[in-house]
Amino acid sequence: MRVTKFVVTSQDSEVLPSDIAQMIYGSGHDVDVKETCFGVMIDGEEKEIDEVVKGIRAMDPSGIFIKDRGFPPGDPRRCRGHRGGGARPGFYMIEYESKILPLISKGLAADAGGDEEEPPTEKAEWLSSDKLEAIIKKEFS
Amino acid sequence: MVKVMVYPPTSMILSDLVERMGHEALVISKEVRKKINTPGLDSPPLNITPEDTKRGLRYAAVDVPSGVRGRMALIGPMIEMADAAIMVQGGGCNLGCAGCERTNELAGFLLRTKKIPILEMRYPEDETEAKWFVRKIREFLEGLE
Repeated sequence: MRVTKFVVTSQDSEVLPSDIAQMIYGSGHDVDVKETCFGVMIDGEEKEIDEVVKGIRAMDPSGIFIKDRGFPPGDPRRCRGHRGGGARPGFYMIEYESKILPLISKGLAADAGGDEEEPPTEKAEWLSSDKLEAIIKKEFS
Repeated sequence: MVKVMVYPPTSMILSDLVERMGHEALVISKEVRKKINTPGLDSPPLNITPEDTKRGLRYAAVDVPSGVRGRMALIGPMIEMADAAIMVQGGGCNLGCAGCERTNELAGFLLRTKKIPILEMRYPEDETEAKWFVRKIREFLEGLE
């Protein structure tokens, strides 16, 4: 079965989408590659894609992220070239998660390095109505 | 290899972390791919078939908005297949498949009542939280049989 995957590079990764595309072309696998602004899309038979994914991850283990895509590259039902422009459905989630990829990359690098990170401190929660009532009573009694 | 449901089901970060650890991530795009490869559908997943609505009725009553039932037709079978789940709250972007809060609540309820191992976290907002986020997910995934 043919599968399609997104390969997204973190903003602080030194690997460019063109580097990934060149690596895939050089690997000789029968995989379609499409460069995008955030990484590349790869499309091919599942076995070939699995091997290519291993090679891509090895380029930057903590800076490259991969997810599945339902539609093949250039599918007229999703490709914005056929829909009159605008971001395609599904881009917004990638856009949101791309912004925090540098944090996740640092987390992965720290985890691979065996860093023992202390748990983050609990953030202040919303003031409950009971607590507010208690404060008012204390202040105005 | 364990089938791990990720929520939001469109999350790139979660599906990547699950597959890095050698497990199978259950994500919405794999369900959409099945629809695309089904002959006779002009514009999946926008086209709803009679079978989809029947499948959605297994998870939500007939008077529940059709958007919930349509989404559950895709998400429900994933929940049934799941052996474990990672749910992340606090995402600043909930659109499309994950854009209905009632569906998100129903999916969370069904996952919690399924009695499978579940890790619930929030999206990290700083470096310390991110390190903790990655470490907790790794420990959770390593603990799955």
